[in-house]
Amino acid sequence: MAIALKLKELAQQPERLAPGHRLCAGCAESIIVRQTLHATTDPVVIASATGCLEVATTIYPFTSWRVPWIHNAFENAASTCAGIEAAYRSLVRQGKIEEQNVKFIAFAGDGGTYDIGLQALSGALERGHKMLYICLDNGAYMNTGIQRSGATPHGAWTTTSPAGTVIPGKRRFRKPLTEIIAAHEIPYVAQGSPHNWRDYMKKVQKALDADGPSFINVLSPCPRGWRHETNETIEMARLAWETCFWPLFEVENCEWRITARPREKKPVEEWMKRQGRFRHLFTPANRHVIDKLQAEVDRRWNKLLKLCGEA
Amino acid sequence: MSRYVALDGAQAVAEAMRQINPDVLAAYPITPQTEIVQTFSNFVADGLVDTEFVTVESEHSAMSACVGAAAAGARVMTATASAGLALMWEIVYVAASNRLPIVMPIVNRALSAPINIHCDHSDSMGARDSGWIQLFSETAQEAYDNTIQAPRIAEHPDVLLPVMVCQDGFITSHGLERVDALEDDEVRQFVGTFQPHKPLLDLDNPVTYGPLDFYDYYFEHKRQQVEAMRHAGPVILEVADEFAKLSGRQYGYFAPYKLDDADVALVVINSTAGTARAVADHLRQKGIKAGVLKIRVFRPFPVDEFVAALSNCKVVGVMDRSDSFGAMGGPVFLEACAAFYVNAKRHQPLVKDFIYGLGGRDTTPNQIEDAFRDLVKIGETGEIDELVTYLGVR
Repeated sequence: MAIALKLKELAQQPERLAPGHRLCAGCAESIIVRQTLHATTDPVVIASATGCLEVATTIYPFTSWRVPWIHNAFENAASTCAGIEAAYRSLVRQGKIEEQNVKFIAFAGDGGTYDIGLQALSGALERGHKMLYICLDNGAYMNTGIQRSGATPHGAWTTTSPAGTVIPGKRRFRKPLTEIIAAHEIPYVAQGSPHNWRDYMKKVQKALDADGPSFINVLSPCPRGWRHETNETIEMARLAWETCFWPLFEVENCEWRITARPREKKPVEEWMKRQGRFRHLFTPANRHVIDKLQAEVDRRWNKLLKLCGEA
Repeated sequence: MSRYVALDGAQAVAEAMRQINPDVLAAYPITPQTEIVQTFSNFVADGLVDTEFVTVESEHSAMSACVGAAAAGARVMTATASAGLALMWEIVYVAASNRLPIVMPIVNRALSAPINIHCDHSDSMGARDSGWIQLFSETAQEAYDNTIQAPRIAEHPDVLLPVMVCQDGFITSHGLERVDALEDDEVRQFVGTFQPHKPLLDLDNPVTYGPLDFYDYYFEHKRQQVEAMRHAGPVILEVADEFAKLSGRQYGYFAPYKLDDADVALVVINSTAGTARAVADHLRQKGIKAGVLKIRVFRPFPVDEFVAALSNCKVVGVMDRSDSFGAMGGPVFLEACAAFYVNAKRHQPLVKDFIYGLGGRDTTPNQIEDAFRDLVKIGETGEIDELVTYLGVR
């Protein structure tokens, strides 16, 4: 039975992620983690991949996690979480521990999910572990200093896709990861954003309720990597949604549904012009890159509308 | 209570695993380990074990899931060989560093390239710095016995380190033997109930596993691991004594053979020990006082005991079934030289290295006899012509 998402009540809940961690000012990751942990009062065990969240919250001898938590390596949040879930099932089945309605959650960045972590995630999903995998997508390997990932948007500057005189930023489009996960036909898949906390937290609740694996891809603006002000985080997330670069949708038992639709679809450059990582594209010579990204955003949005029966 | 069964090394290990009945097994197939997991799969499918069998999609995920499950508070096992161990190498270190008492049978097989599915020790030697306890098994019987002792060693509160139990690929794993198996309740009583140390599933006492260490703490954490490994040696002997009471089979760090009056000795690991003993007997009939030291425990390496066991031998030949490219010789040879060097006041034999059997190259009695005769000649002349001999290479 999911708890009611009433702001006053949520504010009274204990904080399971303690303050005092070392995440940057304006980082969306702790916002998303807290939204996640406030969406349920059930006990949780968390597996985190190597990344900003892990590094900033567990500098020995301190930890921000007031719940059981493990970091193993970069590419194996999913298999680590699967192991914990398997242990729980085994011990409960044998009567060695009591059934306690524990939820198993994996947190990983786009690095640890789209790229190096994809094998472990795909395997865990195929095996049907009852766990929720949350990808904190900030569009690059941020913890190691802003290198491009399979999630980096077309044209974005990163340190390994720099805006040069010959090559103006990342050449490829983003991997459509949420769609790839949906193709695994697990009970629940969704895309969320911290700017719409109610939408996201409802998704977390649905995901935790699923009878099998679930996955949520959450946009996580990064002031350092995206080059915007630290107080613009939520606004950057909202703009990504309003431009349909980051649609909010869910796939529940293979039924696609858009969960929040912008009243007006803004041009993607409204989002891009606010970020320093795209600044080099706003010249006559590089204008075509923006146009290409707009065409791709439109194509994917229209494809999504068709899948959701709204085209 | 004795019951004899015909089992190959893989089946013997699977039988031990069935009797241990781990909470979780996360494993991926690789020749020549496959029969262990396939045999165990039948136990799972027939409801003969309570094990949650996680059919992971790679060995890296196998060890990753094992780490998660062990940290959660389950008794955990896996098994692999060769490239599988190589693929999980990153997480093998994590398992030991997180002090998780995982037990892993290894079926020794050569590392690529070129790809070779046959026996040598390059795989487990490649993990010798990882912090795992390493036990080696000459026969299916030893593989069975070592696997049963492994959880008791790993889970001992002074140790809390993972254990790998190694046996030769194909030679032992696929060789049928008469194995003296224990009864199920005997094994159950011997391994006991697992008491997890700070499990993730103790929800009232949340813990953080795998934090970030800067340079102000990492060194101390590694030093603690060193202490754990130092405790492992005596614990291995304690567990062996208890096992001897149950089975009548006494294990130690080694199995010495006719070393009391041996002039020359070969140090050897796993199945080749059998051939070496037969050759030693043959040479004894010809008046050559030959002996064999079979190593069972390679990590922690029992330095002083190793030297003591060979204290009567004037010339020692170390047999390495793997090489360390660029080093003076193979890994066992390097351990032996270091052990003798620091114990030089006690005893300093002449030592040389025989690298043999790479990629499953058959090691014949003739080759071993050549090795012994080489040692005899060294004993006579006092000169080592060739520090490292590659036995049987064409």
